[in-house]
Order: sequence, then structure tokens, then C-alpha cells
Amino acid sequence: MSLATAGRDRMVADRARPHRGPARWRRTALTGMATLLVVTPFLWMLSLAFKPPTEVFTYPPRLLPQQPTLDNFVYVWETTNIPVALTNSLVVSFLTVLVNCLVATAAGYAFARVDFGGSKLLFILVLGSAMVPAVVQLIPLFLVTRHFPLAGGNDILGQGGTGLLDTHAGLLLPLLVQPLNVFLARQYFLDMPDELADAARVDGAGELRIFWRIYLPLGKPIVATIAVLSFTGAWEDFLWPLVVVSSPDMQTLPLALSSFAASGVVQYGPLMASTVIAIVPALLIFLAGQRHFVHGLGSGGVKG
Amino acid sequence: MLPAVAALVVVTLLPIAYGFYLSLTSYNPVERGGPRFHGLDGYVAVLSSGQFWQAVLVTIQYAAGTLILTVPAALGLALLVNGRFPGVALFRSMLFLPRVVSLVAVSMIWLWLYSRDGLFNYVLDLVGLPPVSFLTDEDTALLSLILMRAWKALGGGMIIFLAGLQAIPKDLLEAAAVDGCGRWRQFRHVTLPLLVPITIYVVVVDVIYLAQSFSEIYILTSGGPLSSTTVVNMLIYKEAFENYRLGHASAMAFLLFCLIFALAYLNIRVLSRGGRR
Repeated sequence: MSLATAGRDRMVADRARPHRGPARWRRTALTGMATLLVVTPFLWMLSLAFKPPTEVFTYPPRLLPQQPTLDNFVYVWETTNIPVALTNSLVVSFLTVLVNCLVATAAGYAFARVDFGGSKLLFILVLGSAMVPAVVQLIPLFLVTRHFPLAGGNDILGQGGTGLLDTHAGLLLPLLVQPLNVFLARQYFLDMPDELADAARVDGAGELRIFWRIYLPLGKPIVATIAVLSFTGAWEDFLWPLVVVSSPDMQTLPLALSSFAASGVVQYGPLMASTVIAIVPALLIFLAGQRHFVHGLGSGGVKG
Repeated sequence: MLPAVAALVVVTLLPIAYGFYLSLTSYNPVERGGPRFHGLDGYVAVLSSGQFWQAVLVTIQYAAGTLILTVPAALGLALLVNGRFPGVALFRSMLFLPRVVSLVAVSMIWLWLYSRDGLFNYVLDLVGLPPVSFLTDEDTALLSLILMRAWKALGGGMIIFLAGLQAIPKDLLEAAAVDGCGRWRQFRHVTLPLLVPITIYVVVVDVIYLAQSFSEIYILTSGGPLSSTTVVNMLIYKEAFENYRLGHASAMAFLLFCLIFALAYLNIRVLSRGGRR
């Protein structure tokens, strides 16, 4: 290191040292206050969920319940549609995850490593379809669901009944294949070395076997990413269930919450307890997949 | 694997094609006879309806208002948590929390915050102002939705800006410091220009999502009062599933697609020009 740069380095070091001692804690305090402001709505959600009904309307509102209670959760569990909706949401979300992890990885693999006629053009079309607003597909999918042949009293031409409307299958239909997941899987498999496949091919393995036994097991991060994305997608979906579901038995959690909130005088205690119930599974899935998730998304942008 | 590709085509591409066909028809499933083809008449009817343009205006206001609030705040938070100090990891994940929670759940919480006895009216009372019916007053409903949505979008924006900040080479800031730039001028002339591409990304992705807003609006205001919060997606839903005009609604859906495309393109143009200056 020459003398000149050494001198410059000292100057830089002097400037780059503002976060020491009290200054560090000043920044903690400032960031802490900003964070507190951002999470305030969640604190009130928890507060209301654990308050007895008598405390909900006390003035001034208190953040800390004086007599914390689980009554709201018990009430929600025993008298509302939330348990049914929770079951429906879990069934639909987990089936969505299962199918997406299989279909999106298989389709992604096909686009990345198998050259079939028109594969490039088809991939561009599929990727383009991911940019079309969901509402464009909403009405066609609704008609397909309603006129699904031989389901819900329909004849072979899809007339006469209600098709898959108001069924789990109907809820699942548009969630089964999601173009974004296919895109992520394709990018991931593009980055993997060809030699693995070549070696297996020499040993006489077919393409399906190569995918299933070699590439898929190596693709855990991308499977985790697809799992998290498709779970949250299904868990949060609102517009499609709103259109397809008509009976309380088929409601998913977002629908149950929304009809809860719309029912005349809102009972905020039970409503917030239900909201907590709706948030926790999504939060757990996110935390479980977080590490893989960031990695999987990061690999998406590397190769075009 | 080919069956997977086939499924993909059936579930994504065919509905779009069918939707486009429907947009060229007049179709009310309550009447007999299926879709009746009438060419571009549906588009002409939509484009000449005041209701549609009103919804376009509300959609643009909603997206623009949310972005104006959320982008600077997200950048501010990213600058705040870009560094090493006690508690920074915890703060980052807590600030990201609104991003992980669904819009429907968020709407439930804000329903209380905005209610007559909710937090916002309590704060107004503390400073001696009269209560406001945030969600049922024509003057405040859209603004209240914007505030909620901006809060929801903060965490996601922050994380992306943080990634952008961490990708800025330290030498550049040091070189600026050597040349006598203070912290503000380092930020203004080094950090900010380097953040332009990532800002474009944040804005464009948010525009695409915001222009499709539906659930929070359906839950909190159902488009009212007096259609002051009826965005295009809300109008499409009402046309299709309350008035059963499926052809008409499909035409609106394709026009919404054009609107989103135009807004995204406009933002890319404006922001990248701003970055060159």
C-alpha cells in the first residue's frame, strides 16, 4: 500500500465510523420507534383478540387487556363458521401445494431441458399469460367450472346443473397450475449442469426417470419456493372463492372473515381472534420456507 | 412432463383466448342461446360509458396515491435498517410482517382502526378533532384505503430497496467522501442514481398489483360510497356477477389489461428518464 492510499484510507475510516457507542443505540432507538409504528395495527389485533367483550368498547382504548382471556377464540371455535373455513382453506392450500410442486417442476423441467416442437414459443406465451390480470381469466374459468361435463348434475355437454361450482374441485381449478412457478422452475433447471443427465442417459435412464431421480431431488430450494408461493397464493385467494362458493360449507377463511365483518354490528373481539387464526398458518409456512425461498427466488433472475 | 405442459396450456392460455372471444360477444347466462357475436361493439360501449372512465380514474388515483406514500417510506426504512446495530435483524423481520399477512386479514384489522371507536378516531379525539367516518364518507374513503394499502406495501418495498442498497459498491461512497461529499450529497449523487433501476422494479411491480386491487375494497367499502372507491376490477366483478353481463365484463377485463400495460410502460419511461438526469 502506498503512502497516498494509506492516508486516504484513514480519512475514509474516520468518516465511516459514525455508528459507534451512543450513536449505535440512537439508531436502534430510532428504528425501534419506526418499527413500533408499523406493527401497531398487529398489536391492537392481538389486544382485541384477547380482551373480554366488556373491554372492547372502553374509552380510552387500552392496548393491554386488563383481564386477558381466550373467550373470543372459544366463541369463534364453537359458534361460527371459522373451523369449517379453516378446514377448507387447509385442504385447498395443501392440495394446491402438492399439485404445483409436481406439475410446475415437471413443466419447468420440460421447458428447460427437453426440446419439443414449439417449446420456445409456448414458453413465451405462458410467461406472457402470467402478466395478464387474473380477472381476464376469471369469467372463462367461471364458465368452465359451471359447465364442467358430468359434474354437479351436468350432462356430457355441461348443461343442466351447476358443474363444479361450490365444490373443492371448483375452488382448486385455477390454482392448480401457476405460470410464475413454471417460470421459476425452468430458470432453476437451466442453471443445472447437463452432465448429470448425460451420465444417467449412458446408464439407460429415460427422461422421466432422469427428472424424478436426479434433477428433482437436487431442486429442493425451488420446490420449497414453489410450495411457499403456491400456499400463500391459495391461502390468500379471495376473488375466485367469492365467485365460486355459495354455501357456508364451502367457504374458505378469507370468505368467512369477510362475511363475519359484513354481518350487521361487527363483534371486534371474535373478528380479531379469527384474523389471528387466519394469519398464523401463513406465517408458519413463510418462516419454514424463508431460507430456501430467498435462495430460490435469487436464482430466477440469472439466466434468460 | 408433456402432460404437465398440456395442463399449463389448458389452464392458462385457453381461458385467455376464450375470454377474448367472450369480449367480442354479448352474453347473459340467464338468457337462453349462449354468447352472441357482435364484434367490437362491446368495447365501444365500454369506452363510451362514463362509469368505466370514472373507475379508471379511481384506479389510477388509488395506485398513484399508494405509490407516492409507500415508495419514499420504504426507501427511508431501507436506509434505516441498512447497517449493523443492535436489534437490526429483529426490526427487519418485524417491518416485513405486513407483507406476509393477507390483504383480507389486514382489512379486518383496519376495519377496527377506522371504526367509530377505533384507534384513528381516538387519536383525532386526543388532539381535539371531531370523529371521522373514514370508510363511509365520500371524501375520505379512497384516502383511507390508500393509507392501508401503503402500509401493507411498505415491507416488501423495503426489502427490495435494502437489497439494492447492499449492492452499491462501498468504494463509490468512499470516493465521494474523499472528494468532500457530506452524507446528504453522497446519498443524493451516488446512492439515489444507483437505486433507479430497483425503484423502477418496485414501482412497476406495485402498479401491476395495485391496478388489480379488489379484496380490500370489496370488504371495506364495496366500491362505495357513491362509487368513490369503485376501481375497474370492482366494476368488472359487479358487471359479471351481479348484472350477469359477461361479454361486457370480459371487454372491460381486456381494457384493464391495456391500462396496466400502459401504466407500467409509462412508469418505466418516466423513471428511467429521471435517472439519466
